[in-house]
Amino acid sequence: MNPFISDIILEHKEEIMENWLVEIKKFRSDDLLQNISDSMYENTNREFVNKLIHSVQKEKEDEDFQDDLIQFSERLIQLGWPLNYITRGLQEFRKITVESLSDKGENYCKSIEFFQEIEDWTDDIVNLLVNQYSGSWENTVFLQKMALKELSAPLIPVFENISVMPLIGTIDTERARLIMENLLDGVIEHRSQVVLIDITGVPVVDTMVAHHIIQASEAVRLVGAKCILVGIRPEIAQTIVNLGIDLGKFPTKSTLKKGIESALEMTKRQIIEIKE
Amino acid sequence: MQVQTHVDIHSEWGIVAARQAGRKLAREIGFGSVDQARITTAISELARNIYLYANKGQIQIEEVTSSGKRGVKIIAVDEGPGIKDLRRVMEDGFTTSGGLGAGLPGVKRLMDDFNIDSELDAGTSITAIKWLR
Repeated sequence: MNPFISDIILEHKEEIMENWLVEIKKFRSDDLLQNISDSMYENTNREFVNKLIHSVQKEKEDEDFQDDLIQFSERLIQLGWPLNYITRGLQEFRKITVESLSDKGENYCKSIEFFQEIEDWTDDIVNLLVNQYSGSWENTVFLQKMALKELSAPLIPVFENISVMPLIGTIDTERARLIMENLLDGVIEHRSQVVLIDITGVPVVDTMVAHHIIQASEAVRLVGAKCILVGIRPEIAQTIVNLGIDLGKFPTKSTLKKGIESALEMTKRQIIEIKE
Repeated sequence: MQVQTHVDIHSEWGIVAARQAGRKLAREIGFGSVDQARITTAISELARNIYLYANKGQIQIEEVTSSGKRGVKIIAVDEGPGIKDLRRVMEDGFTTSGGLGAGLPGVKRLMDDFNIDSELDAGTSITAIKWLR
């Protein structure tokens, strides 16, 4: 930054800081800031404005200073402060700086270069902090996607030649593909003859979900195994009938227990009670 | 008292958001679990059609009252390619995407009132109502 301008800012820093702290207090009513304690709010405000004033003396490329700002923003992110606080805080800061300096009535404060210099300075800080925030969000979304994928669709061998695939949650195209892959790989790997697909945990069975299940079972049939659909809740049964989906080719059972019984029957086995 | 929800559909997650909103409203109005499932499935079909054929559009879900009856109204609007032959899409088993072809006729059976407007290259608008009995 132009040393001339930074000198002026530093000269008036007390005034800028005081004005800013008054303005930022007005944000307090914001819903997202309600659950932050007063002293915490006060301290963070002071720290924030100190860093801003401090940045005037630093070069843009100063790494120590950037690291310092990044650490500050990381702490805010962890504590769950809204991004809104930072962007509004900085907008307010720019406004106050320009206002309080142009009040001085001296000519240099009216020149366009002066404003541009201040804009550049605050814009850099905004960019840095917003990048930090959006980076942390992208990271969260990515992690959640991975977590969702992990609990996708396991094929569990329960008896010899009998496997179960419990489906839980919404089935989108991505998951439907995974289901199909896991199903076919698992059938080959475990040498399953009967596969039970359990849809107790699927909230909505629309035509697409039904279509994917029908396709999966057709593919299972092609590799030489049989599919039984289990866990059809009464309301799901009614919507399937209303939609006019034909599951006639498909053996279905209401519960996993009944499904396993008939799977054992199909592989010529049964569970019996042992008499003493 | 009008409760209205508006969901933009531009990804598969929009479908999930729309039907969760629908289920919530249906539960608040007092629909039983079977009708809740019908309403959410209908929303799911309509939202998926938007995503599949028009790429983006909106689902509006609102409460309606008429001569003492209460109900849920679903409005699905898009500005996609439109539907060429309205009679054929209402036939069971007709599909242009390799699906089951049960979506629109299914929604009509799931809901009580059903109305569809479509213009080629201009878009489609579907309104469906389920009344509380």
